[in-house]
Amino acid sequence: MELLIALAIGVLFTVGVYLVLSKSLLRILLGTTLITHGVHLLLLTMAGLKTGASPLLGENADSYVDPLPQALILTSIVISFGVSAFFIVLAYRAYRSAGMDDVEGSRGERE
Amino acid sequence: MLHITVLVPFLLALMIALLRGKLPGLHRGWLVFAGPLALFVYFLTRIPVIKGGDSGYDIISWIPSLGIDLVFHLDGLSLLFTLLITGMGTLVVLYSIYYLDKRKEELTPFYVYLLLFMGAMLGVVLSDNLMVLYGFWELTSVSSFLLIAFWHRRQKSRYGALKSMLITVFGGLAMFAGFLMLYVMTGTFSIREIWSQAESISGQALFIPAMLLILLGAFTKSAQFPFHIWLPDAMEAPTPVSAYLHSATMVKAGLYLVARFSPVFAGQYEWFWIVSGVGLITLIYGSIQAMKQTDLKALLAYSTISQLGLIMGLLGMGSAASFYTGEEAVFFTAATTAALFHLFNHAIFKGSLFMVVGIVDHETNTRDLRKLGGLVSLMPVTFTVALIGSFSMAGLPPFAGFLSKEMFFTAVLNIRELDFLSMQSLFTIVPVVAWIASIFTFAYSMIMVFHTFFGKYQPEKLDKKPHEAPFGLLLSPIVLALLAVVTGFFPNILSKTLIVPGMNAIHPQIAASSPFYVNIYFWHGFNTEVWMTLGVIILGVVVYRVYGRFSLVDREWGRGRGITLNQVYDGSIRLVERSSRSLTGLYMTGSMRHYLMYIFTLIIIIVGGTLLYTDGITLGQGEYAPISFFEVVAVLVMLTGALAIPFAKSRVSAILLTGMVGYMVTLLFVLFRAPDLALTQMIVEVVSVTLFLLCFRHLPRLGREKVKFRLKLPKLIISIGFGATMTMVALAALDSSPFESISSFYTENSYKLGGGKNIVNVLLVDFRGFDTMFEITVLGLASLAIYSMIKLKIEPDNKPAAVKSMFDDVKPRYSRSNDVLLQSVAKVAFVIIITFSLYLFFAGHNNPGGGFIGALMAAAALVLLAIAFGMDFVEKVLPVNYRILIAVGILMAFLTGIGSFIFDVPFLSQAFAYFELPVMGKTELTTAMLFDLGVYLSVIGVTMNIIFTIGRDD
Repeated sequence: MELLIALAIGVLFTVGVYLVLSKSLLRILLGTTLITHGVHLLLLTMAGLKTGASPLLGENADSYVDPLPQALILTSIVISFGVSAFFIVLAYRAYRSAGMDDVEGSRGERE
Repeated sequence: MLHITVLVPFLLALMIALLRGKLPGLHRGWLVFAGPLALFVYFLTRIPVIKGGDSGYDIISWIPSLGIDLVFHLDGLSLLFTLLITGMGTLVVLYSIYYLDKRKEELTPFYVYLLLFMGAMLGVVLSDNLMVLYGFWELTSVSSFLLIAFWHRRQKSRYGALKSMLITVFGGLAMFAGFLMLYVMTGTFSIREIWSQAESISGQALFIPAMLLILLGAFTKSAQFPFHIWLPDAMEAPTPVSAYLHSATMVKAGLYLVARFSPVFAGQYEWFWIVSGVGLITLIYGSIQAMKQTDLKALLAYSTISQLGLIMGLLGMGSAASFYTGEEAVFFTAATTAALFHLFNHAIFKGSLFMVVGIVDHETNTRDLRKLGGLVSLMPVTFTVALIGSFSMAGLPPFAGFLSKEMFFTAVLNIRELDFLSMQSLFTIVPVVAWIASIFTFAYSMIMVFHTFFGKYQPEKLDKKPHEAPFGLLLSPIVLALLAVVTGFFPNILSKTLIVPGMNAIHPQIAASSPFYVNIYFWHGFNTEVWMTLGVIILGVVVYRVYGRFSLVDREWGRGRGITLNQVYDGSIRLVERSSRSLTGLYMTGSMRHYLMYIFTLIIIIVGGTLLYTDGITLGQGEYAPISFFEVVAVLVMLTGALAIPFAKSRVSAILLTGMVGYMVTLLFVLFRAPDLALTQMIVEVVSVTLFLLCFRHLPRLGREKVKFRLKLPKLIISIGFGATMTMVALAALDSSPFESISSFYTENSYKLGGGKNIVNVLLVDFRGFDTMFEITVLGLASLAIYSMIKLKIEPDNKPAAVKSMFDDVKPRYSRSNDVLLQSVAKVAFVIIITFSLYLFFAGHNNPGGGFIGALMAAAALVLLAIAFGMDFVEKVLPVNYRILIAVGILMAFLTGIGSFIFDVPFLSQAFAYFELPVMGKTELTTAMLFDLGVYLSVIGVTMNIIFTIGRDD
């Protein structure tokens, strides 16, 4: 299972990076989302998968999966939600006021 | 106590800065004045102590692990310098009060810089620790830069400031490298400990490089040839600054450094040759250059260079004493005596001369020798001071300069007695060079005073009518002139108090065997020195006459002929600028994508390369989780979705495909026993899609990227490489666990210490509450940024027509939906979702849920309501300012954290207890719940603020 997920992480990163390297803001935005998913799965996989019950002590299990990466990921999900929201609005605002979606076109004046 | 003396100027600077704009009637200088005066008096009281052979020693531990402590040490040499720094400082501040008009000049920054300099300079001469010394050393360069550029609107000021900064900081860095080498050899940064090891390290390979580098620092600072070129340009500074920094104190830091390191390096032939040689070259070069100047300050600048060379040369010749012992050693230390005495004299007469030039400039608006003349009757007091100063500089009796020049002649004559390397014939050149330089010194001193104050008065060339300066302006130069006279008549007040202790510091070994005894006489009979002085006067007068006869003052001196050092400097600056610009231009293309490509490529090379190189991946070691068919399907669906995104032809399909990936990730979270993650991810997906759809109409169509395959290829390679690297990282992480996992701690203690059974939630609100607090703060900031981004209306000058036409057919958005079915369902769903949200919030501590999830759920309910009934309706029903809600939430979390201080436990320590409550039975109440409530409120605030802000934008 871990090997499969490791491969999946690779694919997510590949597509994510490919999209991030585009000119279109929307593609970049989707790319960052994919990279975030990749990171989350990576964190989860690092700790080992399905090594025990859900980290709820009420389960009264012998062993639980590692709770630490889950806490980290939870924080990350929320933060990346904030970031993508910011990013969406940036794209939206940039397009509305400057009428372009091309990051190459929106660079600052060069001397 | 010594620490306080160094601190005083800095504190005073802070005070002056804080008082900016206050007390408008008071000249800032008066506030400053008392500081250096008090320090001066303090250091005067230290004279008897130091004279008695003691030395002050204060230590404050700073970075003991690196051997860097604030060790301040006051010995004879330091004392001489501290007195110069504070004494000249006092007089210069007094002078500046009358020189700088409080109505016209920016006085606050001026005095702040001046005090910074004073503090830094005291630090340099008092530090025993090399690193501390270096820090203060660079601070003098920086404050000098600021002071030279004080009139920063002038191009020449900026040029001069930059030049002095570049040259002195270059030297400073070289010196720093030298210090590090000394550390490598001795294992200590303490100057005095290095002294004691001087013998043992002198044979090491790094010894000579360290010496050369330290000398580079000293020579650049003390404007020795060929690094002197910054000093004339530094004259763009206001005259009080020139008098203080660029003649009396800062430029002498290099001399201080040479004197300070004499106990380490004296006794090396290289040291003797380089220090004396460079000093003598600078002496004669400076004196000749001074003859060519028409600007009074430039003349003084070259004269300063020349005199610094003289003292440097004397220090070098004094080091010859280390080749001998006993009587012979004492014989050669005469040069050191002369050096210290002249150091003092030079500060006195050069300070007064700079102040005189400042007065002339102030009264006539020019410093040009070709315009000046005949001022003697108009400014008799100024003239008197100038006469004393320049006669002292020329070395005429009865002024102090005469005595130190006689001693200088004695020292250069002594050098002929050096008997090493059978080079006696070479050493006879030394007195000749010294003598010729003295002739020029005499001549330019005369030019300075007589061309300014005698000759023809040319009022037509002056744009204001000169008259005698006010008393306040004259006071400081008069004090200095009096000092020059007094020390001329009673030189021995200095000899026991300052010179002998100074020599003890420079020649500790010799002082230990035979104590120094210095007695300065006026008259030694008709010896060689006297004949030399007479020769200087006669030939000097001849040179002065020739200068006047042929109107050399009006001549343009060979500008543009040959390659001057300044051209070399300017050329290299231009070259560096141009080449760095073209080099930077090669890779700084201004394209974000290129920068990202660099970053990704580097990660691939560094991370991937390391993993491959070190065989970081060992497969098949651990036990892997079994694969079920269901999971394979989920992964395959996820990957298919991801891979399809780049090929999506429309915005909707791209967004939906991304959503698909998100839901599959959610599914995987469920499969991997992470219920909290699954819940959160699912709600985040919902809210994100809402956001996307809100902005959707304003986002451009997803045109195909029209890029040739040739250009796509690197992009493809980088992405595949990056993906492969990440796979490798994941694989490498699987089979290596070099450390014991800390997770078991949380599993064991979550209930015991945190009182919760949902470990993830306890982690978030309790164990790692700090993270969470920052997290909601970040979220709050993001949402406020979104708010301001939307509300900030920048009207573009030429809004493309295409954008307008796209929205022409769009109706106002907040017209309510007419879908009755949706509305009825929404009402019911709203209640259910809110209830569920509250359940999640309360259940969070023991079961999946918590503040985040609950809040996102509540926000989702509100969004649903807004979709069904319109935003106006929601705002009417719930008149909440979501931005304030964010603040309340964050504040609540923060206050919960602070609350733990009351119980004297660290920030964010949570407590919990069980209570019997009427309805709910036995209930656990924790402070973590309050914290979580803060999270809950702020997350609702953030989400609603974002969505409503965008939704309301038209």
